[in-house]
Amino acid sequence: MPSIVKPSATHPSLQRNALGMTIRDYEGSMSTLCAGCGHDSVTAAIVRALWEISAKPHMIAKMSGIGCSSKTPAYFVNGAHGFNSAHGRMPPIATGANAANRELTYIGISGDGDSLSIGLGHLCHAIRRNVRMTYIIENNGVYGLTKGQFSASADVGSKSKRGEANRMAPIDPVELGLSIGATFLARSFSGDKEQLVPILKAAIAHRGFALVDVISPCVTFNDHAGSTKSYLHTRQHQIKATETDFVPAATEVLAHIEQEGVTSVTMHDGSVVRFTATPKGYDPTDRRAVVTYLHERESEGEIVTGLLYLDETVGDVHEMNQTPETALARVPYEKLCPGAAELDRMQAEFR
Amino acid sequence: MRQPVNGGVNDFAIKLANVNGTGSASANSLLMQAVFRMGIPVSGKNLFPSNIQGLPTWYEIRVNKDGHTARALDYDLMVAMNAQTYERDVHEVRSGGFLLYDSSWPLDPSLLRGDVTLLGVPLARMCNEAFGNPRERILLKNIAYAGSLVAALNIDMGIVEDLLAEKFAGKKKLIDANRHALDLGYGYAKKHFECPLPFHLEKMDANSDKILIDGNTAAALGCLYAGATVAAWYPITPATSVMDAFKSLCEKYRRDPVTGKNNYLIIQAEDELAAMGMVIGAMWNGARAFTSTAGPGISLMNELLGLAYYAEVPVVLIDVQRVGPSTGMPTRTQQGDLMACAYASHGDTKHILLIPQNPAECFEFAVKAFDIAERFQMPVIMMSDLDIGMNDWVVPRLRWDDAYQPDRGSVLDAAVLEKMAKFQRYFSDDEHNVTPRTLPGVHAKGAFLTRGSGHNKYGVYTEVPDEYQEVVDRLARKHKASAEFVPKPEIWRREGARLGIVTLGGCGPAVTEAVEILAAQGIEADYMRVRAFPFDASVQAFLYDHDFSYIVEQNRDAQLRSLLTLETCVPKDRLRSILVYGGFPLSAKHVVDRIVEDVQR
Repeated sequence: MPSIVKPSATHPSLQRNALGMTIRDYEGSMSTLCAGCGHDSVTAAIVRALWEISAKPHMIAKMSGIGCSSKTPAYFVNGAHGFNSAHGRMPPIATGANAANRELTYIGISGDGDSLSIGLGHLCHAIRRNVRMTYIIENNGVYGLTKGQFSASADVGSKSKRGEANRMAPIDPVELGLSIGATFLARSFSGDKEQLVPILKAAIAHRGFALVDVISPCVTFNDHAGSTKSYLHTRQHQIKATETDFVPAATEVLAHIEQEGVTSVTMHDGSVVRFTATPKGYDPTDRRAVVTYLHERESEGEIVTGLLYLDETVGDVHEMNQTPETALARVPYEKLCPGAAELDRMQAEFR
Repeated sequence: MRQPVNGGVNDFAIKLANVNGTGSASANSLLMQAVFRMGIPVSGKNLFPSNIQGLPTWYEIRVNKDGHTARALDYDLMVAMNAQTYERDVHEVRSGGFLLYDSSWPLDPSLLRGDVTLLGVPLARMCNEAFGNPRERILLKNIAYAGSLVAALNIDMGIVEDLLAEKFAGKKKLIDANRHALDLGYGYAKKHFECPLPFHLEKMDANSDKILIDGNTAAALGCLYAGATVAAWYPITPATSVMDAFKSLCEKYRRDPVTGKNNYLIIQAEDELAAMGMVIGAMWNGARAFTSTAGPGISLMNELLGLAYYAEVPVVLIDVQRVGPSTGMPTRTQQGDLMACAYASHGDTKHILLIPQNPAECFEFAVKAFDIAERFQMPVIMMSDLDIGMNDWVVPRLRWDDAYQPDRGSVLDAAVLEKMAKFQRYFSDDEHNVTPRTLPGVHAKGAFLTRGSGHNKYGVYTEVPDEYQEVVDRLARKHKASAEFVPKPEIWRREGARLGIVTLGGCGPAVTEAVEILAAQGIEADYMRVRAFPFDASVQAFLYDHDFSYIVEQNRDAQLRSLLTLETCVPKDRLRSILVYGGFPLSAKHVVDRIVEDVQR
């Protein structure tokens, strides 16, 4: 992950957020991914989302595993802490980090190899624990760094660059999440920043594990005819089940008019997510209906995108375990050690 | 080895052969606990199967007024309650010893041995007559034989009754049933045998400042006192009870009395690899975190131990070793993970090992593990084992110094960072080759990207040979520097000794007993118990001080000897191995027999 320093010049006319920071302040080092890589667009969307919500850079923790996608934490928010860990192991490392300090905003970046093969078990259990984090899968159906092997998300019939067809069923992270109790499931497309940015903002506001599956084409190994994760294929088959409008907590919602087809969900932090569902009656809080709808559309070869499922009623790992509101790592030692007198007392039992 | 005793007051060993899942374990530990409360040095070893019900299980109680409570190898009394193992059990009784069996049925001819006195007690018959419920009959049969032993061994009945009352506090029906069963066995033995037997107990005062505790509980207590707030684990024998104990301690001591919130978070992970990942994440974020496991978990954790080593994230890992390789024998003890832990993970890696010999050291070393891990920003593995971890040991009362403050190592706070021009993670190492770290969320200037990929001293990705080497060379020096901070070896010298005996961990008590037995036979030997890796300079010095040393350990491949040959300059041919690795704890006899044989040759 070479980090090439970008020039730091900032144009005075750049807009500033609530912290007085410009969007440049949320950038990272120069990307070393291939020109046109979908992941760079995702990085740009993350930068925008974090800037728009005025996240404090040093209160952000960027977590990743290994792979092209996992390199990207170096390319956004230089002022944030990060942990580029081991292949597939980001979920447990993020879980432990979150256990120690729940005050940080965790942004996990992974890929389909990292999350759906080597780290699939870890992903499932992080979902089950409802660890509060945004978990982005930059999904391109292919292993990039090792040069073009199919990943577990490759569709049946999808062809590799050499013309070989994949015959095994894909693992769909959204459907997987629906079956194991995920509380926030979204799918988007790296080429659709308009859709992705509000989804990311909602994901960050979510009180639990927010999975964002982003189709992010690999220009080098999987952008040819015959690929079902190419720019062209995704553009032609993407349908939007919902449009998301994220209203931060501090914003007064003026003239809030109940429209038909709009669902509003108030997030735990007071912010509001408003969905405009395109198919009539699509309710992103109704798990069974979502499952049915996804199955129907996917059997037609369509890629359903949007914030697809949201359950804001379930507590995260800390709420389940009734830990303090502030970081466990900051509990003073005096509160943790029962002391010499108590050790003497308790040893009466060891006789 | 100990000669057959005449009188044998407070110096004998008994073995109880049972079927697992029948409730014998609680009767056996009741007996052991009663001996402890009589103030007599005692040990109890549970030799149990990896099974819930139906397989053979043994419990050994050794009593020794001089404090030698390592495992005995012959038995004065066998309580043979398992017909499946009669044949082998009867052979383990010393000549002139006794065997207690259930005489409800005709005597099994396999139990006959001319030089062993049989004590038949109709346990099943008595219990069937006295109790109605079938499950109760089975459970109380154990208490009934305990009653016979109270008579035969002169155990203080008042103490046993107290123990039952404590155990079943408030449950009068249970207490009454147990007392009744106890009386049945006691009365029968008093009436039919000459009680007490020639070897028996008499009260002493050796235990007034001692406790009875297993190593896993003691380790958990150490983690509690060290201030661990995050623990992650995956169930595995024989380490599970570390987390069981930690959980119950936390429920008692970590619930904030004002807010009702839990100042701890224990996560049952999806596997050991994940458990290690969680510890790394939590330690990276500044909490004290740990995991506990056994060999199979160590294998899985290898991957991330390398990450913690290279990214310089502290880790505390408690390895309660069991018999390997693979699944091996999960309920049997061994010291077989030494090499796997010392150099865990691919590439050049070296970790810090702390090697306790009993539960008291499990407590002490668990606390030290956190201090050392944070000071040196690397994994510290405490090498316990099944014998230490799961058996109750008599150890000195644990002490705590209220002046203790955790050593959090070199961590830059917000005030320091504020004044810094630029923070660079692996830069400006101290005299121990440690570089200051920062914790996420503390200050904007402390932010950096932790990585397991190649990095230079600035923490930036590199593929440049010199930059890579500069960092890993410092890691090697850092590991070496930690030798000053780890527990020193325990060394006992004897006048005129030219022979060294070196051991580690739970072998300590058996080897120190062997040293005394050898001295009584005119073979003087110095003793060293290695307590940590990397080795302190005194380890090499001890080896050089002796013409040759025996290395006593519980694994097939002489792993401690290998480590000593790799990490000191001592020639290999000066180190001779005594290896006992079948899965049961070491006895002094193993060591004495081998050395006497060598000397005679």
